[in-house]
Amino acid sequence: MADTQKRITDIGPPDYKDFMSPAMKANYGKWKYHEIIRPGVMVHVSETGDKLFTVRAGGSRLMSIDKIRQFCDIADKFCDGYFRFTSRHNIEFMFTDESNIDPLIKAINDLGHPVGGTGNSISSIVHTQGWVHCHSAATDASGVVKAVMDDLIDHFKNMDLPGKLRIALACCLNMCGAVHCSDIAILGIHTKAPIVDNDTLPKMCEIPTVVASCPTAAIRPSTEDGKPGVEVIEENCMFCANCYTVCPSMPLNNADTDGISLWVGGKVSNARTEPTFSKLAVPFIPNNPPRWPEVTDTIRTMVEVWAQNARKFERMGEFIDRIGWPRFFEMTGIEFQKEHIDDFKYAGLSFKRSAHLSY
Amino acid sequence: MALKEHKTPLLDELEKGEWPSFVTEIKNCASKNEMSNDLLGLLEKSYRERIGFWKHGGIVGVMGYGGGVIGRYTQLPEEYPNIEHFHTMRVNQPSGWLYTSDALRKLCDIWEKHGSGLTNMHGSTGDIVFLGCTTDDLEPTFADLTEAGFDLGGSGSDVRTPSCCIGPARCEWACYDTLAVTYDFTMHYQDELHRPAFPYKWKFKMSGCPNDCVASVARADISIIGTWQDDIRIDQDSVGEYSDNGLDILRDVIMNCPGKCMEWDGKTLEIDNKTCRHCMHCINAMPKALRPGTDTGAVVLIGSKAPIVEGAIISSVLVPFWKPEPPYDDLKDLMDEIIDLWCEEGKARERIGEFIQRVGMGNFLDAIGLEPEPAMVAYPRDNPYVFYEDAEEE
Repeated sequence: MADTQKRITDIGPPDYKDFMSPAMKANYGKWKYHEIIRPGVMVHVSETGDKLFTVRAGGSRLMSIDKIRQFCDIADKFCDGYFRFTSRHNIEFMFTDESNIDPLIKAINDLGHPVGGTGNSISSIVHTQGWVHCHSAATDASGVVKAVMDDLIDHFKNMDLPGKLRIALACCLNMCGAVHCSDIAILGIHTKAPIVDNDTLPKMCEIPTVVASCPTAAIRPSTEDGKPGVEVIEENCMFCANCYTVCPSMPLNNADTDGISLWVGGKVSNARTEPTFSKLAVPFIPNNPPRWPEVTDTIRTMVEVWAQNARKFERMGEFIDRIGWPRFFEMTGIEFQKEHIDDFKYAGLSFKRSAHLSY
Repeated sequence: MALKEHKTPLLDELEKGEWPSFVTEIKNCASKNEMSNDLLGLLEKSYRERIGFWKHGGIVGVMGYGGGVIGRYTQLPEEYPNIEHFHTMRVNQPSGWLYTSDALRKLCDIWEKHGSGLTNMHGSTGDIVFLGCTTDDLEPTFADLTEAGFDLGGSGSDVRTPSCCIGPARCEWACYDTLAVTYDFTMHYQDELHRPAFPYKWKFKMSGCPNDCVASVARADISIIGTWQDDIRIDQDSVGEYSDNGLDILRDVIMNCPGKCMEWDGKTLEIDNKTCRHCMHCINAMPKALRPGTDTGAVVLIGSKAPIVEGAIISSVLVPFWKPEPPYDDLKDLMDEIIDLWCEEGKARERIGEFIQRVGMGNFLDAIGLEPEPAMVAYPRDNPYVFYEDAEEE
């Protein structure tokens, strides 16, 4: 038992106060305003007159320990070892000596990372694991993100957009990231019902749990050769994979019918308009690795239509709300299909219930 | 032993282009770690065949914990034996994702010794993610982590690792101390975070202002969003400077105000704070001229989640204004009421937002002892299907 007693548990994370730089501690809660000096570079000014500079680097969320160590070296050189990550996988270096800005940017660029993502730009894409590490992924995550950001990197490095644009990717409907409220959401989807393995199912899963897991009641108990199992009423299945999450004997991954859907116009910020869900733009694009050109092309089209036509500060959803959905589909050339019309709970709320139309 | 060479023509394509390449990161680890090397081979196969090759989970963990480790096994252990086990460890990040290089180097050394060397900085919920650990290495990794002052985060049906924005450490808009509340709640809920006993997951996210940089309103069961009750602070000279420098105050600021509460005569900006909706737009547009008031606190909202199971939900108002004061017992008491009710009455895999939709918000408020308030609804019901309760006899 001696070993058990030595174990350290339930200590929680380290105290953030140990990771704050002296400038942060001295000005904690006293910040007065900030300015974006140039893309990726901010200065926060305190009521005490102190200034704290921040340089933001774009990162890939999947990182090697060597890369983290290289960022540590940069932090040691320019920031007394203090740095942080953002909610969108960016890396931020904070320091008080303004003359560090240029050499710091050079050090980040030399490491192969861009500086930007501030103000009216496209910041890094929040995303999930994909084929790198997940059993239910309907597409890869890191690869699609890399292809999209390669294509849009100028909008990361420059603040040349009407407003902010936030892209997120989830590789299945479980949505390990908050993609459902993004300006553009890339969502992996399955489009075929699960293939039930009733040989393994009774041993691995509880049948009532599997039946109850289905939001559309498409699963019912069955008996095959006297053995208990389940069957799927395929026309009631909308491929959410919740049954697969609770039961490994219901796989629905399929190379030919898995793919990507695109959603637009959501946001989480309260600025101007209330937080809102993203809406369906493209129901299905087959997986086309390694660079998903149909996905990157469609996203670029949507971004450019918005960039060229939105008013200052207008996010994607606010822009579409002003011009109307018919014009959005017309301007982007995206085909409007049956799948765009909601048929789940409360579907009628999304029908056009007025004569407010633009011609 | 020399590492097996995996040809990766498809993944090599993703080393081209200017955005930092995750393939380069995997290759870096693959050059010296056999787990990462097999991962590289497996991923190339996924790119070739357009499908993943991971088995469905599996229950593994460290002694005494039920969360923090996600079991992962490849479907192809004969072809890729070094990733037969490739578990994820979630390591609880410090508030605001603040680090010192010393602390991160310690984590890197631990992960070099025990795992694949691959990480996510960070996972979507906020944890540091260690990708790829064998079952045998879980306990030694955990021992080294706790020795270094780190602990595991949440997974499964428990309190998930809370996360927050940078808050008062570097933001003038922080209306409460997001870092302190997050740290305090994380420590308070250690047992619930490490030992899953809930119907499903439970997320706390703390944002310092209504810009909501951690997307709490979309993906936290409890979204704590900073705001203020008094007047927006105005520096009229700075407003004039913004105007002189080309900001069209009328078109770009006032016409975007959802409360229609602002007037500008070319010299003075006036705000009717009684109808200000605290959306942040004017402050975002003129950060040197406008600031939130000084009577600050937070709105507490409840129930947001992604689609699984019954559809996505955006959080809705639970407490219109909360004044956070350590040790935050008032909010913790309310959380206890809600969590007790949900644990008693909630169905398996039913998030609190879905639970509220099933039982009705009115009944939910009754059960947790909160009075209904108009701030909780966008508008009162527009249907007459009311479940009137029997009037109590006098």
